Amino acid sequence: MNLRDALRIPSADVTEESVYRDRRRVLAMIGAVPALGLAGCSEAAPPASKATITPEQARAGFRTAEEQTREIDATTYNNFYEFGTAKDDPANAPKTLRTAPWTVAVGGQCAKPGKLSLEDLIKGLAPQERIYRMRCVEGWSMVIPWLGVPLGDVLKRFEPTSKAKYVAFTSLADPQQMPGVRARVLDWPYREGLRIDEAMHPLTLLATGMYGKALPQQNGAPLRLVVPWKYGFKGIKSIIAITFVERMPKTSWNMSQASEYGFFSNVNPAVDHPRWSQASERRIAGSASKLFAERVPTLPFNGYAAQVASLYAGMDLKKWF
Amino acid sequence: MVLTTRTRRRAEPRIVVAKAAVHLAALTPLAILLWQMWGELKGVSHALGADPVAEIEHRLGLWALRFLMLTLAITPLRQLTGWNVLVRFRRMLGLYAFAYASLHFAAYLGLDLRGFWAQVFQDIVKRPYITVGFIAWLLLVPLAVTSTTGWIKRLGRNWARLHKLVYGIAVLAVLHFWWLVKSDLREPALYAGIAALLLGWRAWKALEARAGARAKARSVPSARA
Repeated sequence: MNLRDALRIPSADVTEESVYRDRRRVLAMIGAVPALGLAGCSEAAPPASKATITPEQARAGFRTAEEQTREIDATTYNNFYEFGTAKDDPANAPKTLRTAPWTVAVGGQCAKPGKLSLEDLIKGLAPQERIYRMRCVEGWSMVIPWLGVPLGDVLKRFEPTSKAKYVAFTSLADPQQMPGVRARVLDWPYREGLRIDEAMHPLTLLATGMYGKALPQQNGAPLRLVVPWKYGFKGIKSIIAITFVERMPKTSWNMSQASEYGFFSNVNPAVDHPRWSQASERRIAGSASKLFAERVPTLPFNGYAAQVASLYAGMDLKKWF
Repeated sequence: MVLTTRTRRRAEPRIVVAKAAVHLAALTPLAILLWQMWGELKGVSHALGADPVAEIEHRLGLWALRFLMLTLAITPLRQLTGWNVLVRFRRMLGLYAFAYASLHFAAYLGLDLRGFWAQVFQDIVKRPYITVGFIAWLLLVPLAVTSTTGWIKRLGRNWARLHKLVYGIAVLAVLHFWWLVKSDLREPALYAGIAALLLGWRAWKALEARAGARAKARSVPSARA
C-alpha cells in the first residue's frame, strides 16, 4: 500500500470536523422541537456528550466527532465468543462474570513483574475518554466513546527489558463464568498480542469503561484492549494476564485460521479477507432513522494512518496483513 | 399460475384450505420481518438489532434455504408415508424458496451494497461464497419460470430432467452459508446434514432401483432358458 496516500486521507477527516459538529447542533435543534413530530429523534440523537475536541486531540486521533453508535447497539451487538457466538448472545447471557475482585498478572521480560488488582494496575492514572472508530473484520464499524488509560503508561511501570519485543495478552476462560467456553469454537483461552511499539503507542487504550460507565460484561468487563487502527478482534476482552515476550506471540484467530487472520491485522481496504472484501464497511452509528446502515469506504489503518503508518514504514502490508 | 379448468374443478375444498394454510405460514416470516422493519423505522423497536441490514439479509437467506429443504423433503416424505397428496404442495414450496432467495439477493444489492456497485461485481466474481450464492439463485430462475402447468406439458420428459438442478442448488446454497461463517459452523452444519439426508435418500433409492432392474434383467433370460 502507498503510505503517502494513506497519510493523506485522515487530514480530510479532520477538516470535516466542523461540518460534523454543525450537523450535531442541527440534530439537537430538531430534537428540541417535539411539535415537528420527530420525538423519536431525541432518543435517537447521539449522546449529548458535547464532545469538545481540541485540534490537538483530533490530530492525535484521540477523539473523532463522527456520529456515535447508540449505546444500545454497541452493548447488544458483540463478538465475545466466551458468551456465545451469536451477536446478541453476550448481551443476553446471565451476568455470571465476577469482575471484582479482578487480578491481572503482568510478567515476562520486565524488571518488576507482579500480580495486581485491577485498581492497583491503573492506580494514579486518570481515565481518559477516547472516541474511536471500531472496524470489525466482518465488515461493519462503530464509533464508541471509551474510558481508559493509555496501555503504554501502564506497561512502563513494569520496566520492560530490551528483550520485550512483543506483549501477549490472555483472557479469562472459566466455563463456570463464561458458558461459551464449553464450545470449542476457538482454542481457549483467547489470546492476543501487539508488537511493543504498537503497545506503547498513545492511541492504544486499556479500557475500563464506555459511554461514561463501567464496561458491561458483554463488552469485556472489567478490562479490555482497544487498538483503533486494527480489526476489532485484536481488542481482547476480560484480560487476566499481560506478558512481555521476545517472540511474536500466538493469537487466537491466527491460530484458528492463519490464512485469514494475521498477527498485525491492521485495517486495510487494499487487503481483502480471503472470503470477503474489506474495501468498505457498514457504519452502525446514530439514530433509529438509520434502519439501513450507511456503507462507507474503509480507510487505511481505519483512518489513523497519520498517527500509526510510520510504525510500519518499509513493511509489506500485503505480506504482514 | 396456469390452471386448466379441469384441474380447477378437481381442486377439493380440503386441498384449498391446506394450501391457504401453507401460504399463510410461508408468508408469516416475511410479515414479521416487515413489521419489525416498520418498528425500527418508527424507532419503537430494536428487534432487528444493531445491524438491521445484516439481520434482514441473513433471515431472508435462511428462509430461502429452509423452503428449499422443505421442497426437497416432499418426495422422501411421500415415499415414506405413501401420502401422494404431498406432491401438490411441492411447487408452491419451491416458489417460496425462490421468492425468499430473490428477496435475499435484492437486500444484498439494494440495502447492503447500495451505491458500491463496483464491489458487487467484484464480490460475485472474486468471493467464492457470493459466487456460489449467486449461481444458486441464477439456477433457481429457470426452475421458477418452468414451474407452470403449461411449461410442464411443453417440456415433457425434459421437465423432470431440468428440475433435477434443484439438487445442485441445494448443495450450492449450503456451501454459500458454510463459507460465510467465521468459525462457529454448527448452524450451517445442521443444514448440510439435512441436505445430505435428503439427497442421500434419493441416491439410495436410485441405487436400489438400479439393483432391482438388474436383478429383473438377470431373472428374465434364466426364466426363458
